[in-house]
This record gives sequence, C-alpha cells and structure tokens, in this order.
Amino acid sequence: MPTGSELIKKAKERIVEVDPKDVHAAFAGGSANGTVLVDVREQQEFDQGHVPGAVHVPRGHLESRIEGAAPDKAERVIIYCASGNRSALAAKTLLDELGYSDAQSMTGGITLWKDRGYDVEVPRALNPEQRERYSRHLLVDEIGLEGQLKLLDAKVLLLGAGGLGSPAALYLAAAGVGTIGLVDNDVVDLSNLQRQVAHSNDRIGVPKVDSAEISIHEINPDVNVVKYPVRLDSSNIVEIIEGYDVIVDGLDNFPTRYLLNDASVRFKIPVVSASILGFDGQISVFAPYDGPCYRCLYPTPPPAELAPSCGANGVLGVLPGTMGLLEATEVVKLIVGAGDPLIGRLLLYEALSATFTELKVRRDPECPICSRDPSEISDEELGVFPDYEAFCAGAG
Amino acid sequence: MSTIKIPPVLRPSTGGEKHVEATGGTVGEVLRALTDAHSELGPQLFAEDGSLNRYVNVYLNDEDVRVLDGLGTAVVESDTVVILPAMAGGT
Repeated sequence: MPTGSELIKKAKERIVEVDPKDVHAAFAGGSANGTVLVDVREQQEFDQGHVPGAVHVPRGHLESRIEGAAPDKAERVIIYCASGNRSALAAKTLLDELGYSDAQSMTGGITLWKDRGYDVEVPRALNPEQRERYSRHLLVDEIGLEGQLKLLDAKVLLLGAGGLGSPAALYLAAAGVGTIGLVDNDVVDLSNLQRQVAHSNDRIGVPKVDSAEISIHEINPDVNVVKYPVRLDSSNIVEIIEGYDVIVDGLDNFPTRYLLNDASVRFKIPVVSASILGFDGQISVFAPYDGPCYRCLYPTPPPAELAPSCGANGVLGVLPGTMGLLEATEVVKLIVGAGDPLIGRLLLYEALSATFTELKVRRDPECPICSRDPSEISDEELGVFPDYEAFCAGAG
Repeated sequence: MSTIKIPPVLRPSTGGEKHVEATGGTVGEVLRALTDAHSELGPQLFAEDGSLNRYVNVYLNDEDVRVLDGLGTAVVESDTVVILPAMAGGT
C-alpha cells in the first residue's frame, strides 16, 4: 500500500497544476467565464479568508456537492486548498471518478496565493454556536446565511411588551434579531398572565421591559435588548424610533397609533401593525411610500363609544399570540426580503369562526401625512387629530 | 340578499349577530336596509347628511368602496359587504 505522501505525489502527476498567478489573471474581475474556482478546505478555513469568486465545497462533501457548484463537467474546474495537497487529490477524484474533463489544482494553495500578495475575501460568518442555533434557518433557501446575517444586524422596536409584544419579542429573539427595543411603562400584573407570555408569576410587579428582557435572554442571550420604560408620546417618539429598521405596533390606543404612524412615515420606517379585541384580530404592514399608511386606512379615529381601546376589554388569551406571531413573521420577511409582506393588505382573523379575510388597502392620494415629502412633516404635526382630549375623556 | 359582516364593536347593535343579510342594489341601499332593521347602527354608520362616517370603512368584498363608487357602488346578491371600524387593542 502506498503512503499518504506517495498518494499525493501520484495525484499531482496525474493532474495539471496551475500557478496562482494564472488563476489571479483568470479571475481578475472576480469571475472567469468557463472556469469554476473551488475551495475544498473546511468551513472554518474558508471563513478565515478565501480567493474572491471561489465557491466552497469541502473535500468531505466533494462527491455530493461538486455538481451543484460545477454542473458542466466539460468546463475547467480549478481547485485549491491550503497548500495544494487536498486540491490535488480532489482534482484527481473529479477526473477519474466523476467524469470531469478539465480539473486542475492550484499550486501552493491559498498560502502561496497570499504570499504573492493577492486579495483574500473574508466573509462574514456565524460562529459555531450560531451555526447550530440557527441551523434550521440556514437550511431554508429564503433565509440562509445571508438572511440570518441580516436578522443579526437588524434592529426591531416593539411598542408594548404586552399581549402582542410578548410573543413577537420571544420569537424575534429566538430568530436571532440582533437588537430588540422594548417600549413599555407598565409593570407586570397578575391579570396580564392569561396572555402576555413574556412575563411570569414570579415577576408580578416588575417593569414589563425588565421582565421581557429576562425572557428574551433566556431564549437567546446574544440579543441586545434596549429598554424604554416610558409611555410613547410626542416628546420622545422621534428620539426612540430613529435608527430602527422595523417597528412592531402592539399599542393599545388610537392617539399613540396615529402619532407612531406620522413619525414612522417621516423616518420611512415600516410598521407591522396589529390589533385585537375579543376573538377578532387585524394585521397589516404600513411601509411608508411603498404602500398606504395607517391614516390612509383609518383617516380619523372612531368616537369613544366605538373605540373600546381606552378601557379594559376582554380578549381571548390565545389571540394576541396568534396576531403577535403573524406580526413577527412579517418582521422576519421584511428583514430578509422574502415573500410578499402584508403591504396594502389588511388581514382580519376571526378566531371563533376560524376564518381569515383579506381586504385591500390603498394609498390615499390626499392623505394628510404620506402624500407629502417626509421633510415637510413637522414635529408639531405628529399624531395630531381633532378632539383628541375629548376622545379619550369620553371613553373614561 | 347580500351578506354584511358586522365587526365586534357593532355587534351589540345587531343582537350579537356577526353576519346580517340585507337587500339592496347598492352599498348604500344595503346599509340602509341594515340600519332600518337595527336602528342603533344608523348614527354609528351615517353622518347627519347621509354620508358614511369618515371613521367607518366599508368594503365590497375586498375593495374599499371609497375607491369604487362609494355608497352608490352596485351590489349583487353574492357580494359581501364588510364594515370595518378601526381597532386599537394591543394588550
């Protein structure tokens, strides 16, 4: 039996070796027509830096994956590794066992490539723990590594850490959203626990932002939680929302929903908005200037007797879970750019009849807010609508 | 007969009914037939001048009647009219 080094020597005699300078010349623009450059090293080595334009097929997966990377067996395939040994063996496999007609190995591997001073691309990568944690996302084409990195970079602001905010916070944390902002000035009450699943019995009396932070970190300690234990109003909204990528609206009253709408249009931040009452829920995505805004849908708030938001109302405990998770799903879609978000559509869910109804929402060309340029929307206009004081006073 | 979907906040005015059947050739006629049968709904849906209140959205099937012909939008028997006031509950 030959030794390992004899086997490598034989492989190198069998194949054509190509100098890095020729590979560099062929891939000067990052790609070369008719040639596929394959890096056969391990994941960790590839992540530390590879030749720009190379596709990664670890040698251990060569037979099962090479045809995906180089489907045309008549094309030239240049393989490299760290020093030129593994690539020589891989090239021999391609020639002798997989039917490729022109498989070559780069002499000296990436070590010689670097010595020559050629560029190396260092991709952003997940650490081993992240690869394991998000492995089910990585297996989904619509998310994959690129989408997961977007999630890790994303900043999502949750307005309310209550019924809608709780499930959204937990699942967005689990999904790997890098920064979650929580705005809530309330403390956990026993009556919240029928539905607000980010809180717990032993945290009654604790500020909701602190309680939700504990739950978020229990499921994913890497999430950066930014807490705003305040009531959102016109004096703080600009400072709070600026810089977030997506806002999740779980607010419990109309005045703040209008305020949020106006400010989010001004800063062009999409808002995933849901509301719940009894057994019924609504959800839509308001993406400023891509679709209608909240005021396009609801130009004016209803009178107090038709706006049961100011007082306490009954709600099926599961319902905010359903609606909050629909919100979280829309957030993930917006961040990774997958699918068709609920922009320009309002989805109604009736839990008792288990039916969904979809309604079209149009941009209002005369909308007092989103028909104008964002720079024209002044601080004083944010959240303004007639009779606001009378509106909530009437609701008691 | 067209079907009108009644939202939660208006159901006390329809005796709890979620769906009400009403006859009419236009959205306006269907809604008037509804308010004739359930008088409490009248001021909730219509302003004094007979127009729809601004805070009430009405859809014919999935389309806002504001982008159709408003209350004059023609209705056929198989149509569903959806009344949709804003909701704000989140907690």
